[in-house]
Amino acid sequence: MINKIADSIAQALKGTQDGATVLVGGFGTAGIPSELIEGLIEQGARDLTVVNNNAGNGEHGMAALLKAGRVRKIICSFPRQADSYIFDGLYHSGKIELELVPQGNLAERIRAAGAGIGGFFTPTGYGTELAKTPSGEPKETRLIEGRHYVFELPIHADLALIKAEKGDRWGNLVYRKAARNFGPVMAMAAKKTVASVHEVVALGDLDPESIVTPGIFVHQVVLIDRVATAAGGIKS
Amino acid sequence: MSVTKRDKQALARRVAMDIQEGMTVNLGIGMPTLVANFIAPDLEVLLHSENGILGMGPAPATGSEDYDLINAGKQPVTLKSGGAFFHHADSFAMMRGGHLDICVLGAFQVSVHGDLANWHTGERGAIPAVGGAMDLAIGAKETWVMMDLMTKTGESKIVSACTYPLTGIACVKRVYTDLGTFECSPEGLRLIDCVDGLDAPSLGQMMGITFVK
Repeated sequence: MINKIADSIAQALKGTQDGATVLVGGFGTAGIPSELIEGLIEQGARDLTVVNNNAGNGEHGMAALLKAGRVRKIICSFPRQADSYIFDGLYHSGKIELELVPQGNLAERIRAAGAGIGGFFTPTGYGTELAKTPSGEPKETRLIEGRHYVFELPIHADLALIKAEKGDRWGNLVYRKAARNFGPVMAMAAKKTVASVHEVVALGDLDPESIVTPGIFVHQVVLIDRVATAAGGIKS
Repeated sequence: MSVTKRDKQALARRVAMDIQEGMTVNLGIGMPTLVANFIAPDLEVLLHSENGILGMGPAPATGSEDYDLINAGKQPVTLKSGGAFFHHADSFAMMRGGHLDICVLGAFQVSVHGDLANWHTGERGAIPAVGGAMDLAIGAKETWVMMDLMTKTGESKIVSACTYPLTGIACVKRVYTDLGTFECSPEGLRLIDCVDGLDAPSLGQMMGITFVK
């Protein structure tokens, strides 16, 4: 019998190694798998490369992982928010490396990894500072049918932490509203994907026409308490 | 004759005048979000949000906020009937693939040929953040900019060549400002309209730019 339902977050995250690349879902506060991030802090892996659209809000979740000194490098599109002071401090003191990626390139690089694509040419960022590698070398470009493109590489990961709404024991997932964001592409791109859900349902209870992430992309499903998503990243 | 500047509301109304029935539009963070308030209610215009929403509605009533339903600025919004949610790769495929009709963005500078600088001032020590700006700039069928024309120190933000780091090259079609509306083209800048109290020569002189016909 296939059973991807984990007994606990600790069980689901067991074996996460130092130096791992970890994809973390979420945009602003929607879809941030805060419970799984707290679990990763407890699990203890360090020297991580974290991929997330943002770089943490306030004191919890991603911000707490950064504060605990577990992250060597962050790959993201928008690290600066109204309450991202933990990242800001680490960045200004040179304690964290930042690779800034346009948001659509970030999503597509993750998707490419999951889809087995070795890289792709994108018009986004052509002619800008972000068409350079983190070490400052110009990225490969190509003129295709009169338009300029930049070559971007996939982002493969060891672990993906995502937040979904409901899941079953085969790992099929559905999401809630705009909390879906990076979840489906991140689930595809990691050797191991752990999804938190607010509801575990029986096989067949999710409408097969409406399953967003098929279970093949998911390895562990953890049930968490339902807590309303809080505001964050905006001036209060 | 004194110059009648467009205030933010008037500028948002001017942009909204050019949005037509059936269009799909992405409104950037900040001033562009005001445009939504001036789109005629009898028009069906689909608002896209980069974080996976098509058919975005206005802010919810106080007390009904749902922080799983937020816009690109992380503010709570609503979904219209017929609206849809999708993941990030699809959302940016909508942009990059040329499926959006219009994207309205703020800017630090725009060049007469439509180069855009709106993501980073290049200031030392500033934390760079790009979000979806570069994808939006080059993705929509038309990219419009909405901004004050002059800086606080009296320099034109429409320039012959941008000095701030670029967001995209030759991507801006129109620039809506508090003093006038402009079209960027390979030949140079065209004046579409200007506010009362200004004319093409006085505006061109203020900006240090010669308009093309």
